[in-house]
Amino acid sequence: MSSSEKCSCERSEALLFPCSGGSNCGQIAHHAAVELHNADRGKLFCLAGIGGHVKGLIESTKAAKVLAAIDGCPLCCAKKTLEHAELPPQIHLVVTELGIEKKSGYLDFSQHELHLCLQRLKEELEARVAIAPVGG
Amino acid sequence: MKKVQVLGPGCPKCEQLAANAAEAAKAVGVEVEIQKLSKPLEIAKYGVMFTPGLVVDEVVCTGRIPSVEEIKGWLEAEPAKEQQK
Repeated sequence: MSSSEKCSCERSEALLFPCSGGSNCGQIAHHAAVELHNADRGKLFCLAGIGGHVKGLIESTKAAKVLAAIDGCPLCCAKKTLEHAELPPQIHLVVTELGIEKKSGYLDFSQHELHLCLQRLKEELEARVAIAPVGG
Repeated sequence: MKKVQVLGPGCPKCEQLAANAAEAAKAVGVEVEIQKLSKPLEIAKYGVMFTPGLVVDEVVCTGRIPSVEEIKGWLEAEPAKEQQK
């Protein structure tokens, strides 16, 4: 291993699984996860791979310290997908519970709505990542 | 001969995992070929995001060094019907 290579032995604090659904709320969930990923507050991960039971992704998810499901609406597809693979998330946020109305097939959202979602997620992550067991 | 792959850039943890795999294979009397995959693209093909990772027919472990006992169990298990990457 050369000194320029980055070792990936350090497990991510949090894996983020947005539903990325086909509504304004699904897209808020997705963009919030992207922003957190870019800010190094978590790692955007592949919910489709979990749904597809791709073994490497399942095992990688097991190795994470905290799992966060970010759902747009009360259908809770992200949370249910993780639970179906026996990977219950420690953090679960539903965008509509922030007072944002779901509009199916309508993908636009305001920066204010995104900010609301981001704020809640940051609070949850700060609380959970701080108390998560290092070896767990 | 069973093929075992150790996924990781080659840090001490990867080396320890390869050593544990060799010890486990010797203990259960299984002939294995231990292949080390260190290139990020090779590792990503398996969906492994945290290393070290271990493949015995399929990905069995990532992000930690499994014990010799654990690896013995995977080596003795029947291979999965469909290999998933």
